[in-house]
Amino acid sequence: MGIRFVLLVNKQGQTRLAQYYEHLSLDQRRALEGEIVRKCLARTDHHCSFVEHRNYKVVYRRYASLFFLVGVDNDENELAILEFIHLLVETMDRHFGNVCELDIMFHLEKVHFMLEEMVMNGCIVETSKQNILAPIHLMDKSS
Amino acid sequence: MDTVEKIVEDFASDIAMSPFSSGTRLRDMIRAIRACKTAAEERAVVRRECAEIRAAISEGGGEGIRHRNMAKLMFIHMLGYPTHFGQMECLKLIAAAGYPEKRVGYLGLMLLLDERQEVLMLVTNSLKQDLNHSNQFIVGLALCALGNICSAEMARDLSPEVERLMRSREVNTKKKAALCSVRIVRKVPDLAENFMGLASSLLKEKHHGILISAVQLCTELCKASKDALEYLRKNCIDGLVRILRDVSNSSYAPEYDVAGISDPFLHIRVLKLMHILGQGDADCSEYMNDILAQVATKTESNKNAANAILYECVQTIMGIEATSGLRVLAINILGRFLSNRDNNIRYVALNMLMRAITVDTQAVQRHRTTILECVKDADASIRKRALGLVFLLVNDTNVKPLTKELIDYLDLADPDFKEDLTAKICSIVERFSQEKLWYIDQMIKVLSLAGNHVKDDVWHALVVVISNASELQGYSVRSLYRSLQAFVDQGSLIRVAVWCIGEYGEMLVNNVGMLQLEEPITVTESDAVDAVQLALNRYSTDVTTRAMCLVALLKLSSRFPSTSERIKQIVSKNKENIVLELQQRSIEFSSIIQRHQSIRPSLLERMPALDEASYLVKRASTAQATLAADKPAPTVSPGGLKLPNGAPSSASTDILIDLLSIGSSPSQNGAPAADLSPPAQLGAVVPEATDLLSSLSSSTSVSGTKSAPAVQDMDLLDGLTSNTSVSGHDNYLSITAFQSATLKINFGFKKQPGKPQETTILATFTNLTSSSYTDFVFQAAVPKFIQLRLDPASGNIVPASGDGSVTQGFNVTNNQHGQKPLAMRIRMSYKVNDWNKAKSAIFLPGYSADRTRSLNTHIPKAIDRVRRRGEDRHIGERRQGEERGAATAESEERRAAAAAATESVERRAGRTMTGEE
Repeated sequence: MGIRFVLLVNKQGQTRLAQYYEHLSLDQRRALEGEIVRKCLARTDHHCSFVEHRNYKVVYRRYASLFFLVGVDNDENELAILEFIHLLVETMDRHFGNVCELDIMFHLEKVHFMLEEMVMNGCIVETSKQNILAPIHLMDKSS
Repeated sequence: MDTVEKIVEDFASDIAMSPFSSGTRLRDMIRAIRACKTAAEERAVVRRECAEIRAAISEGGGEGIRHRNMAKLMFIHMLGYPTHFGQMECLKLIAAAGYPEKRVGYLGLMLLLDERQEVLMLVTNSLKQDLNHSNQFIVGLALCALGNICSAEMARDLSPEVERLMRSREVNTKKKAALCSVRIVRKVPDLAENFMGLASSLLKEKHHGILISAVQLCTELCKASKDALEYLRKNCIDGLVRILRDVSNSSYAPEYDVAGISDPFLHIRVLKLMHILGQGDADCSEYMNDILAQVATKTESNKNAANAILYECVQTIMGIEATSGLRVLAINILGRFLSNRDNNIRYVALNMLMRAITVDTQAVQRHRTTILECVKDADASIRKRALGLVFLLVNDTNVKPLTKELIDYLDLADPDFKEDLTAKICSIVERFSQEKLWYIDQMIKVLSLAGNHVKDDVWHALVVVISNASELQGYSVRSLYRSLQAFVDQGSLIRVAVWCIGEYGEMLVNNVGMLQLEEPITVTESDAVDAVQLALNRYSTDVTTRAMCLVALLKLSSRFPSTSERIKQIVSKNKENIVLELQQRSIEFSSIIQRHQSIRPSLLERMPALDEASYLVKRASTAQATLAADKPAPTVSPGGLKLPNGAPSSASTDILIDLLSIGSSPSQNGAPAADLSPPAQLGAVVPEATDLLSSLSSSTSVSGTKSAPAVQDMDLLDGLTSNTSVSGHDNYLSITAFQSATLKINFGFKKQPGKPQETTILATFTNLTSSSYTDFVFQAAVPKFIQLRLDPASGNIVPASGDGSVTQGFNVTNNQHGQKPLAMRIRMSYKVNDWNKAKSAIFLPGYSADRTRSLNTHIPKAIDRVRRRGEDRHIGERRQGEERGAATAESEERRAAAAAATESVERRAGRTMTGEE
């Protein structure tokens, strides 16, 4: 399936966005987020961006105070996922203009819309920023 | 159309007019939550908001309110609070006419849905309508939702719509329909053939979004059906090669450009699909060779995106039937990656080497030194990968230097990593050791450096090897003694050393069997006793080790008569120990030293060598039979049931432990060892039976256990039906599966002729107390290779005093019949006078692999339990007159359970181990 979940977590370990592509109960999710965040936040810049956790891998990247964590299957291309994280950030940047944690908090649904255009059922659908943002701009314009 | 945010803002004005104006704005809620200083405050805010949203839902608020509430719920959901009550609101929003409402509704559906079938059924109709909508954005929404959440039924219902949409002229609709079919095919693989033709025709498109979706659909189809794989091999290789050529040769396309590489994501997906198509198909692979070589050479590896492509390309080359030239190219890329300074690249390189090793071991061996360096990396992820790789690299020729490197590093490794590393080293040493001396040396090194991380079965194996190598026993005990002086805190080192000192003490003192390379040491008799005493009195020593120390001291008292008096004093210090095991040993051993000098030497003879082959077989079968979840925890609570010497609660058949407490070796070896007279050995094994517990004759129980009929139960359980006594089909052959002072369970077994793997079991529950059990529930869990079907019980009340019983039938099918024995974990929960009680036990009727051996393992257990029962009596006498609190009664019950288990073993009913919660 490729991508299992996308998580945005700040430096304090608070979740800022969570999108799962497989069903997990609330308790499982909370446990998972706690474990992963603890593992990733403990790592320094010298460490590689991949952490193995249970039966999947977490690819993470840090942008200022925000951690982007993507859970993937074991046979997924980790470097490509890093590239995907960067694409997500660039897309948000283009929309919000120098995106920050607050933008994501207060426009949660928009970030979800973007993610929805990019990933469906754990597979990447679209990688062109322009195409991703087109429906969102359309909504903005018509309002 | 309206933006969500705009709508949320607009609520401020709506609220004034709305009759349900109690709510706050979304922004205000987020601010309130952010302002919370503690988790409790946050919970309070969320609870208040949820209450308001619920109220709004039940009052049926207007469109606007609903919309805002959804946005709030999404935020609350993200924080990890339950929001299931919002699901119906999503459905209402989806059913609304406007795009913004639908947008939020679908998003909410995808986030909040908890796979409840009712909700999914309700949404199917709305989805169908939206899939047929004239507005492409609404169709896109519906496709996206369907692709994310659809169930198998929905997939069947809606797949015609999705097929139609894949032929649509809209780019957006096409790509989403293609990805939506990925989920449909995954849920219902039968539908794969409907999509084969469509998928391969989509590969001719130009739009990257469509291409990447179509490639992923093809990948899924290949996984779902063989036919589809064959079809796509024939029909889409051309298309894939063309896509890859176009994308890697294309001029600058700003929209898909990542650091000078055109659309790396599409590159990677196409390469992945090529990997699947080329695997095991020479024609396909040949067709791809050129383009793969082009990608591998033309891509420059200085950017992450480029490396990602190279990484995928190497994986594909390793996976398909590539030419040798191409393989060399791939290996060279790997070498470059491995020497890269970026940790991410190195990690990925190790990952790739792991796969390459099956293709080209030699090429990987060339990088051995670099890989060994990676084992010592500061980064845990890299270390783990590298260690896994080293493990695969080991062979007969390089095992010695590699082991040396790893052991040297063991000293420096950080504690988290030590456990992994130790396990791998032990496994390497055991697998590749060619001579015993080397094996013993390495194991002693590991024990000295990481003795606390060594698994029990590993050091048990070491003891078995030492006991067999008569020419190395002297050397081993001296090395262990030296190590024990230097490393005092390593649990399993202490155990092995203490055991060897006890057994081979005189070799230590007299320097018997010196090897040439060895330096002589002078150890006096009292030095040896000192070493054991030190281990015994060490604060950190656990009960098992202490028990072993006591045995070793007892043995030394006979080997070195001059120290006998001192040993007696050391041993008797533990007479008042609160741990029952130590107390008992201490009392019994003191009495042997004091009063039975005449029989002591024959009692304490050296252990006979254990049969290595049978130990290995047993070790393997134990590992299989013991369900991972049932492994006893290493902690031993004082006075608890979990005693270290193979007490009834312990699930592992730990032969060494048996051996230490009571010599099980004659029966272990099948026939009595030739060089030892059996009666003397028997005397040695049950010292307490000879004096303290004179009423119990161990020999009778041993011979009782050995008697022939025992085999029948095994046969029944393991499937030989026709020739055993159970020819009448309705005959249940019954055994006691569990018995405690309060509850007894009988299992009756029946086999269907011709279906050896199937067993019908009728469980009968009998209450042995004077108050009846209510709400009685029996549960059973089985390992994966067994299937279990439970029938309903005859009732849930078990009447008191065995006055009637409850029965429950169930059926087990052992899919690995003949290879693996029946194993089961059972749990009973019930209420006594409104008190909740629960009991659990592990049920292992026996091994089919080697019946006689598995039978023999019962014998030491039986002796052990007889001894244990005697011990109960012993305690009972001493406690006479004492007032017994609730806790005592509890432990009495436990001991009774242990005794009951003994009886069931003596009845040759198979092996039952009980544990209670």
